[in-house]
Amino acid sequence: MIDVINLRKSFDKNEVLKGVDIKINKGDVVVVIGPSGSGKSTFLRCLNCMEDPTGGSIIFNGVDIADPKVDINIHRRRIGMVFQHFNLFNNKTVIQNIMLSPVLCAKSDRRKAVIKNFFSKNKQPVQSVAQIKKDAEENARKLLARIGLEDKADAYPSTLSGGQKQRVAIIRSLAMNPDVILFDEPTSALDPEMVGEVLELMKELAQSGMTMVVVTHEMGFAKEVGSRVVFIDEGIIKEENNPEEFFTNPQNARLKEFLSKVLM
Amino acid sequence: MNFEAKINKFIEILIDYKGYVKVIEGLENTLKIAILGLVIGIVIGTLIATVRVIPKYKRLPRVLNSVCTFYVGFFRGTPMVVQLLLFYYVALPLMGINLPSVSVAIAVFGLNSGAYISEIMRSGIQSVDYGQTEGGRSVGLSFSTTMMKIVIPQAVKNILPTLGNEFIVLIKETSIVSFIGAADLYVAFNYIGSNSYEFMVPYLAMAIIYIVIVCLITVLIKFMERSLKKSDRRN
Repeated sequence: MIDVINLRKSFDKNEVLKGVDIKINKGDVVVVIGPSGSGKSTFLRCLNCMEDPTGGSIIFNGVDIADPKVDINIHRRRIGMVFQHFNLFNNKTVIQNIMLSPVLCAKSDRRKAVIKNFFSKNKQPVQSVAQIKKDAEENARKLLARIGLEDKADAYPSTLSGGQKQRVAIIRSLAMNPDVILFDEPTSALDPEMVGEVLELMKELAQSGMTMVVVTHEMGFAKEVGSRVVFIDEGIIKEENNPEEFFTNPQNARLKEFLSKVLM
Repeated sequence: MNFEAKINKFIEILIDYKGYVKVIEGLENTLKIAILGLVIGIVIGTLIATVRVIPKYKRLPRVLNSVCTFYVGFFRGTPMVVQLLLFYYVALPLMGINLPSVSVAIAVFGLNSGAYISEIMRSGIQSVDYGQTEGGRSVGLSFSTTMMKIVIPQAVKNILPTLGNEFIVLIKETSIVSFIGAADLYVAFNYIGSNSYEFMVPYLAMAIIYIVIVCLITVLIKFMERSLKKSDRRN
């Protein structure tokens, strides 16, 4: 589904990614670990071009989205992203946060369809705006019910706890029906008490067959849920394996050292 | 002459000699210059702030950005009196344009406040956490949609108080338009003073009028701020 070929990224003269190759298939849960400053977050942020790659290509559903000529917004609809600091829209209520993009994207598609209909003979049926909103709201409420926060639908994000914010952020990206969701250290900014509820939701997503790429420091999650674990250091993938082999029989010297420090 | 006599003299000129006509005209011009100047300033400021915040990968935004830098540099780097004089006595005559002094004052106040307002807006937009932009872009919204729906509504809360401040500055700054012969409050009260050879009360009255206007605006801004505070319970 995502085919990363020789991905490079530099910030000015500082080369952070020095050629990363990885293939992410449908249903994979790829967990990325590595010391801080290793480039793991940059790698994740390049996957949806949040950072524009300086070299290499990212083939997503057959299109090289690293090419600056590609309309990245169309492809980002299919790639969800969850941030360390949630990044919920502060000026919108919880339900508006979830509905905003589905409604706006459906509306812009509708506009295009209306224009196309105007010029062509065989008219395609077009959804009404009211119907678009109704569908989006229904879907949003269903998703909120899934995480048990129906009663927070009209609350503003500033009134939620960290764990609640992150779970809303996850279903916000889910509302776009993405092919893959990228998680950028989703539990690092949470109180220890709230880490569990977020990991639980992520685990549930993984079990439902969602393709996920997760940058995290939660080794437990990597072992239990990951289908593959990737160790990034100094801008390249140093080791990639299934969780059992990865944690019990690491090959790379740097990884051995890293694991001995984090698995105390 | 005691103070009571001075007040009587002032009232005599104000009413019997139609001084109030001048005051009303001056008040009208003062408000006209400040309000229209602010409106023009907001339009220009928005345009410049837009150029300032859009990503600069391409050539055109970069060129526009340097033009805006020059514009802001000029209008912030020279006193407003100098700008008034330059426009009224240099730029417009050279172009062969003849405009009434009030119109020139409105134009210059607009151009000048545009430079300041652009900076107010730019800093207001940039004070919104970049995560908000990332959140919007990550769900597939374009840069402009993200700005319009998410960043700018939040920036307005930061911008509004400072914008009100700018309006107050404009109101007070109008007292320099007499340099190009526009009749504002200062001209009106100066007229009353000259006719009575007595300046104490007229200038006191002028100060009170300015204070009353500024207080009214302050109350108005407070009111608008409060109605925007709905989602503002920050952690």
